[in-house]
Amino acid sequence: MLKILKYSFYDLIRSRWSYVYLAFYLLLGSVLLFLNNDLSKAVITLMNVIVVLTPLIGTIFGIMYYYSSREFTELLLAQPIRRSNIFLGQYLGVALSLSASLIIGLGIPFIAYGIFYSGAIWDYLTLLITATFLTLIFTALAFNIAISTENRIKGFGYAILLWLFMAVIYDGLFLLGLIMFSEYPLENFSLFATMLNPIDLSRILILLKLDISALMGYTGAVFQKFFGTNRGLIISFSVLIIWTVLPIWRIIYKSNRKDF
Amino acid sequence: MKQIITFFIFLQLSLFSLSAKTIIVCSSCEVSSVSEAVSIAAKGDTILIKKGVYNEQEITIDKTLTIIGEDYPIIDAQSKSKLFTVIADSVTIKGLNIKNISPSYTEDLSAIRIKKQSFFHIEDNILENIFFGIYIEGCKGGIIKNNRVTAEAVDEFNSGNAIHLWHSKNIKILNNHVEGARDGIYLEFVDSTIVRGNTSKHNIRYGLHFMFSNDDEYRDNTFENNGAGVAVMYSKRIIMIGNTFKKNWGSASYGLLLKEIYDGEIFNNTFQENTIGINADGSNRINIVNNNFIQNGWAIKVLGGCYYNKFNKNNFLNNTFDLSYKGSMNDNNFNGNHWSTYAGYDLDKDGIGDVPYRPVKLFSYIVNMVPESIVLLRSLFVDLIDFSERVSPVFTPDNLLDEQPLMKAIKID
Repeated sequence: MLKILKYSFYDLIRSRWSYVYLAFYLLLGSVLLFLNNDLSKAVITLMNVIVVLTPLIGTIFGIMYYYSSREFTELLLAQPIRRSNIFLGQYLGVALSLSASLIIGLGIPFIAYGIFYSGAIWDYLTLLITATFLTLIFTALAFNIAISTENRIKGFGYAILLWLFMAVIYDGLFLLGLIMFSEYPLENFSLFATMLNPIDLSRILILLKLDISALMGYTGAVFQKFFGTNRGLIISFSVLIIWTVLPIWRIIYKSNRKDF
Repeated sequence: MKQIITFFIFLQLSLFSLSAKTIIVCSSCEVSSVSEAVSIAAKGDTILIKKGVYNEQEITIDKTLTIIGEDYPIIDAQSKSKLFTVIADSVTIKGLNIKNISPSYTEDLSAIRIKKQSFFHIEDNILENIFFGIYIEGCKGGIIKNNRVTAEAVDEFNSGNAIHLWHSKNIKILNNHVEGARDGIYLEFVDSTIVRGNTSKHNIRYGLHFMFSNDDEYRDNTFENNGAGVAVMYSKRIIMIGNTFKKNWGSASYGLLLKEIYDGEIFNNTFQENTIGINADGSNRINIVNNNFIQNGWAIKVLGGCYYNKFNKNNFLNNTFDLSYKGSMNDNNFNGNHWSTYAGYDLDKDGIGDVPYRPVKLFSYIVNMVPESIVLLRSLFVDLIDFSERVSPVFTPDNLLDEQPLMKAIKID
């Protein structure tokens, strides 16, 4: 598996798109920091970008890579290598190279700015960790779609739809539901609904750092416990881990049973 | 002739003060308790209390005395009663460490209580585990300075205020530290009073509380982690300058609560990380100028009945919501502030943005309506509806905007 991972990783690292992706984050980070001169504001803007963009890039890269390396995959399948190793290796290659671009691209400007001497280091680390999680999750979801869909156009369509749903439509429906049922106690429901969407989940994780003063304004006991103690942090991170593990497990499960 | 008379008066005075004696109190002295010293002292005497522990109860000071503690002698009421009650003019109490005042449901038991007297001087005391700390009623003129008052209040109904003033005038409250009481400093029917340089922390209700008090001034105080930082209610002409309101978190937590107040001045304050920076309800003709609002949940919440207020030259930096507004009519002026979320441009480079800024977001309305929707904060969908509301306002008052938003933050000392 390590060999395939290494191959995929280097393959992607050498490709133009990784550099573009890296350069984009490098530029975004530097522009935000050096034009803004305000660290917490930069972190907020970055959050807005990252929560939307990393899932999109993860999904598209994942599905593109799977389809474009299909012939090579078939070649590998003819070799005495375990299937799960092939697909897991490819998946990790994509996910890790994307994460590397992200971490390096955002890391360099912030280190140059002096993040280590600033109080915002934890906000910033949370941001990087959640962004990495989002990359891992959405690349895995994209691989799932690709494995289950033979038709490339359909696959792309589903992938984009998945992203659109998670990033925008889900929140719209969620808000609509909250307004429609505003007569009922909604605390548990809203927390639960947040857990069902990794984008919302990572948003909450970052909010816990940045907007805690507004979040504490809500009266209910469930919110108070969730936001006011470490419980929220622990639960959110655990659910993020579940969100990562489940799709990866399905990649293995599906790839073992698929006809090529 | 006149000069000679003045000279004689001075002579008399100095003779009188020379005749005042000093009574020393210590465990091995002739006088070993504070109450005994007070009862044998004559008007104008000084009582010097040496270091030690004195168990005392209900001491009434009925003549002008100066009570000074050396190295903070401990006066312990053992949670049985109140302690000093002053019913004489010009009493000084200095350098004592007063402990354990009993809580009560029927009486305002306090460590130092001054009844209808003037020119008292309470300085450098440490008050610990008190019910009411310093209780001033019906006094005209006096100083409360450098005291440290701590209590361990848990519930509002069975706790007292650290510094409590009622129906008084011309009092100076300077550089005190009050912590853990119900209200840190409480003023009711108190006029022309100065509250300056105090620190008020962890009080379960308000850090500083005005009720029916006029023409007062508080400046350079710090209010941290209270139920609400400062509540100004039913008062007129209050001046608030250079205070810091910090980390007042909770469902009913404000940095500054304004209720039914008129003609206030709010200058050069910093509101940082409060759930609500300023909560204004029925407040009129208030000038809110040159303040910093940093990382609050809501920088300003304007409820009903607020007219002719001016919010000018403030910095709004990274607040979750800059402004929440009730009602569809706006009579307040929001011009010339700096908003960190302002996205306009300044083509003529005069430092003023060319596009007006709308500080009210649609989402803040939704959160008022369905509080649970706060979990959707900063999601792409919410940003989208906020954007569309900003382009064509439907829910927010049409004229609620800053027509001259500043491009750069204002420097505030």
